Amino acid sequence: MKVSTILATKSPHIVTATPEQSVPDAITALTRYNIGALVVVDDQRRPVGIISERDIVRAAAQGPALFSQTVGDIMTRNVVVGSPQDDLMVVAHTMTEGRFRHLPIVDPESNQLVGIISIGDVMKAQRDTYEGELYTLQTQILSEGDPGSGQAKDGD
Amino acid sequence: MLQPGSPDNPLRVAIVGAGPAGFYAADALLKAHGPNVTIHFYDRLPTPFGLVRFGVAPDHQKIKSVTKLFERILARPNVRFFGNVGLGRDVNVEDLRRFYHQILYSVGAQTDRKLNIPGIDLEGSHAATEFVAWYNGHPEFRDRHFDLSAERVAVIGVGNVAMDVARILAKSYHELAVTDIADHALEALRRSKVREIFVLGRRGPAQAAFTPPEIKELGELDVADVRVLPEEMELDPLSAAQLEQNPDKATLRKLEILREYAARPPQGKPRTLTIRFLVSPVELLDDGSGRVKAMRLVRNELYATAAGTLRPRPTQEYEILPVDLVFRSIGYRGLPIPGVPFNESWGVILNDSGRVLDEESGQPRVGEYTAGWIKRGPSGVIGTNKPDAVATVKQMLADLEAGKILEPTHTSDAAIEAFLRERQPHIFNYQDWKRLDALEVARGQEQGRPRVKFTSVEEMLAALGR
Repeated sequence: MKVSTILATKSPHIVTATPEQSVPDAITALTRYNIGALVVVDDQRRPVGIISERDIVRAAAQGPALFSQTVGDIMTRNVVVGSPQDDLMVVAHTMTEGRFRHLPIVDPESNQLVGIISIGDVMKAQRDTYEGELYTLQTQILSEGDPGSGQAKDGD
Repeated sequence: MLQPGSPDNPLRVAIVGAGPAGFYAADALLKAHGPNVTIHFYDRLPTPFGLVRFGVAPDHQKIKSVTKLFERILARPNVRFFGNVGLGRDVNVEDLRRFYHQILYSVGAQTDRKLNIPGIDLEGSHAATEFVAWYNGHPEFRDRHFDLSAERVAVIGVGNVAMDVARILAKSYHELAVTDIADHALEALRRSKVREIFVLGRRGPAQAAFTPPEIKELGELDVADVRVLPEEMELDPLSAAQLEQNPDKATLRKLEILREYAARPPQGKPRTLTIRFLVSPVELLDDGSGRVKAMRLVRNELYATAAGTLRPRPTQEYEILPVDLVFRSIGYRGLPIPGVPFNESWGVILNDSGRVLDEESGQPRVGEYTAGWIKRGPSGVIGTNKPDAVATVKQMLADLEAGKILEPTHTSDAAIEAFLRERQPHIFNYQDWKRLDALEVARGQEQGRPRVKFTSVEEMLAALGR
């Protein structure tokens, strides 16, 4: 399965931030949309960083200066980005090993942001894949055991 | 207004597309609402079950047993089937809004992804999905012609459609004659001259999309030897490193089977099925009369993306593979429904977790939902549509609870049916399907086959005496 499968069922309207935006602005956006991170983009919509709850907590630990800082001051730079064609299994491994929870997805040609996926999205997609395979196998095995009896179970 | 979902005021739902996603959604709605929901299935074809009938390979009958669950749903008194009624052909979205509180689009992915290389439209080059629809007796594809006097065939892709096509081409008449393959295809394949089948993967054996059982089947064919080139089984350093870090069991099993094929001496069977890796077609070559005579392949190497996926990129090494028939199998793609927002990037209905979104506002459109391949793109097995459909139904139930539903003006089944019959005189209902099904099975029994399919609307009408 590809990353694009996850993007297909998400709104293409992606909430982003710019480096010049204030940190309180970013906090407002995170709470308003109930999300854990914002991709920070330049004026071409290319990712230049990411600002997550974790970045904000880390900055808050330094004192109240946070509230007068910009997103660019505290964001994580050098963000790993993915492409819609990336394999979900591999991305799951990369995110778990690298211990990051959000992956901005860019168009491989233009490097423009096309989406963002969270580790939660990846885990859910993997779970659905396994569940789906299980249902299919169950249906087959049950029909084999008792042909023609309408024994196909629907998994509940 | 009293919220629908009670015995006096059932929730009325239209499910457009009677394939697996539609049935799993119906199942979830029936579990939530029992008799207090009315479900009307619409399908542009006269028969239900979508790709279970027209996609799943005829020699994979066990996979089709899922229709037993679907049949039980169709048999419920509060469920109806309107076959041969196409959305965008016989009815439109506005019509449905007048009849239902909620509309679910589960029409699947009806076309194939394009491969843009020179010569791709030469005679003898076909979409594999069309070949699949043809041998499965899809009424819209029964008149297609595939020139099986060809001796050498290439199948581009290593997904499950590619595997099905290669296997059907490699099987003998006797192996196929016990399946429910369409009669016209059985006859054409009986006279097939195909001797060499090449299945072409652009990445390496560790990245191939096929499953272990699919690849194992290819080693057990009556009249075809399976062949894998030993040099293409040597893992590149990136694949080897990734497998060491993340030793996925299914991948290891696939490699084990493929290595056995690479080491296996040919058994002298009349046909050969060769699985190639790390090659991409870059051009189809013309024989001078507009027909394919060969394919130019480039050897690929793998590189790792930032997120770790191994992707192919062309080297400077080329080869010519003589072939006279080509099947492109690089995936299905969804088609837009008139009046329903579409996301061109992924070839799906524009949606957020199954709620159809308005193009301008980006907000959900009241009462419209989607499930299955037209929601997420073509991925997974039949059962994958169950969690997918359940997730959409969860949104439908939450919106019902919040009162965000359509307000239909015509809610009697009789009024709807009268309206539909005016648009499409030849509607096929569930009773029609039961009769067709019984007739197909009876015809099959005479020949020792699961069924012999009717493959045109005219044939079906005649069988029903209409």
